[in-house]
Amino acid sequence: MLDGPAPVLEVTGLQTVFQTRDGAVHAVNGVSFAIAPGELLGVVGESGSGKSVTMMSLMRLLPSPPAEITGGAILYQGRDVRTMSDRDLRELRGGEIGFVFQDPMTSLNPVFTVGYQLIEPLRAHLGLSKAAARARAAELLKLVGIPDAASRLDDYPHQFSGGMRQRVMIAMALSCDPKVLIADEPTTALDVTIQAQILELIRELRAKLGMGIIWITHDLGLVAGIADRVMVMYAGLVVEHGPVAELFANPLHPYTRALLGAVPSVTGPRARRLRTIEGQPPILTAAPEACPFAPRCAHVFNRCRVENPPRLPVRPGHDVACWWDAETDAPRRA
Amino acid sequence: MTWPAGGTPRPTRRAVLDAAPEAAPAAAPLLRVEGLKMYFPIYKGVLRRRAGEIKAVDDVSFEVRAGETLGLVGESGCGKSTTGRAILRLYEPTAGAILLDGRDIAHLDGDALRSLRPKMQMIFQDPQASLNPRMTVGSIIAEPLDEHGRMPRAERRARVLELMDAVGLNRSFANRYPHEFSGGQRQRIGIARALALNPRFIVCDEPIAALDVSIQAQVVNLLEDLQERLGLTYLFISHDLSMVRHLSTRVAVMYLGRLVEVAPREALYDNPLHPYTQALISAVPSPDPEVEARRRRIILRGDVPSPANPPPGCAFSSRCPKVFDRCRVEVPPLRDLGEGRRAACHLVEDPRRAA
Repeated sequence: MLDGPAPVLEVTGLQTVFQTRDGAVHAVNGVSFAIAPGELLGVVGESGSGKSVTMMSLMRLLPSPPAEITGGAILYQGRDVRTMSDRDLRELRGGEIGFVFQDPMTSLNPVFTVGYQLIEPLRAHLGLSKAAARARAAELLKLVGIPDAASRLDDYPHQFSGGMRQRVMIAMALSCDPKVLIADEPTTALDVTIQAQILELIRELRAKLGMGIIWITHDLGLVAGIADRVMVMYAGLVVEHGPVAELFANPLHPYTRALLGAVPSVTGPRARRLRTIEGQPPILTAAPEACPFAPRCAHVFNRCRVENPPRLPVRPGHDVACWWDAETDAPRRA
Repeated sequence: MTWPAGGTPRPTRRAVLDAAPEAAPAAAPLLRVEGLKMYFPIYKGVLRRRAGEIKAVDDVSFEVRAGETLGLVGESGCGKSTTGRAILRLYEPTAGAILLDGRDIAHLDGDALRSLRPKMQMIFQDPQASLNPRMTVGSIIAEPLDEHGRMPRAERRARVLELMDAVGLNRSFANRYPHEFSGGQRQRIGIARALALNPRFIVCDEPIAALDVSIQAQVVNLLEDLQERLGLTYLFISHDLSMVRHLSTRVAVMYLGRLVEVAPREALYDNPLHPYTQALISAVPSPDPEVEARRRRIILRGDVPSPANPPPGCAFSSRCPKVFDRCRVEVPPLRDLGEGRRAACHLVEDPRRAA
């Protein structure tokens, strides 16, 4: 799937099911992707598209029951995450793969100082002495642009603003030099000018530290400016994937096209009317057997209602799961 | 849906005092806000002594013309929602005038205020929190009708169904409860309720912020259709600059309780004058990698200061990339620059005075 360096993390055919009182919910239905060092993969989708569950699953962070990984392979540097021991998993989560969540207030513990929360994992994972860990923690806060870093270690989370808290979260995720950073809507709770600061920080850190970054968002505009590749998710499936410039220039899936038409822009010509996607996303009580977007699709035809399209490579590095051929505006021949 | 002529409010004790022309001349604004101040006290210590105040809205003046959409943008805590709520008189403003159809409503109370409510309504951000989970959709939409008048059962029922049609809700759902609906549909219920009394003016407070992208477009298109059909006037409060560009006729930008710039839509987005507006627009990511690659981004330093302790002089001076000495001592007035533009910045001089 990649022509560049070998992937550090590779996910193939991942399936996750939640067993609830009201029956099963098939949240992830065969997701495959890979991420190489230094690369930024944007994952775009609306609520319920399975983007967060995919990332939680691949780090085995979901409680079981109710969640269960029912299929697929997760390889981190060639090691199978699905069969890892708890001990190895702890290493993976704290050290190898960093995670930044949407809401920094709920992911920081309000009763401990920021310094304490930064120092603990450094001691546990890297075996640093107290003094060395404290020095490293101050260095990390400085790295993420917190002024007066050393003295702020003794402050509590509520003494930081929203943007600063998110910087602390990023510092924590970076503390053990992860190879992969997973950021789940890290700027959604922030104001635009603060979001711009965080995006700038991520651009810098990526150039400096060279880790692979997976950036989950519902904001197509955001990935346009920061990602190398984009993966669009719908109903627990990857419906389109490709290099950022290519995907935005030639969106192939009707869902991607509709999403792009549904968001206005602050630049360029102003559409008189926004395009809408009628209807609602499906409720995934079963793994989709037909195309899950068919009921809302403008180009739907018979095949879509009976057979779920696989991801078809269509252009260089660009694949789409759709029976309709956007380039000829006709059903695909394959 | 038809527009009832006049929409005369119930006669009240104070009606004589407040006698004002019902229909304003076409050119006059539907709403004019003059020097609006909304301060909230801060209490401290065991005795809860008043220790200061938060100037959530500080000397804000603008007007909204009949039939237009005025976008009110700014970041969290800038006072945009407080402004909207104060205009609807959900708060008692600290100072200033709010003229609706030329009549000052800033200090009305009791029946006089109540009689105004049908004219101005609100659509809330969170449709989950603003709908009573124990009421059916039909009774939620009918509630304003019951509160502000008497209607025979059949007529009331017909009105509810008419409103449900107008916002694109299936009539057969009238007996269902809010939890049975998706976020977008719930927002339609909130819109139907706001429309029930044929208001002229609606404050939309972040009505799409809680919705998914594809659902946002549905709700925005609905708001536009309703405006065209019913001649509504909107104050559209949002932090989403791209959606405000799509919807608004004119845009007002707030920072730390004050207006920093007001301009017609095209002028504001093509040529923002205030450094804060410039930074705000430059911070919005564009869904086009080519535009993004060419883009000159203005990254503001620091955070929005606390409104309890704003910097002296211009409130934006602590983050402004173009700050100079005068900004730190003197509050720039919101200057009229002609062509419907106003900006509060020492760098923006009055072109007419310069000529």
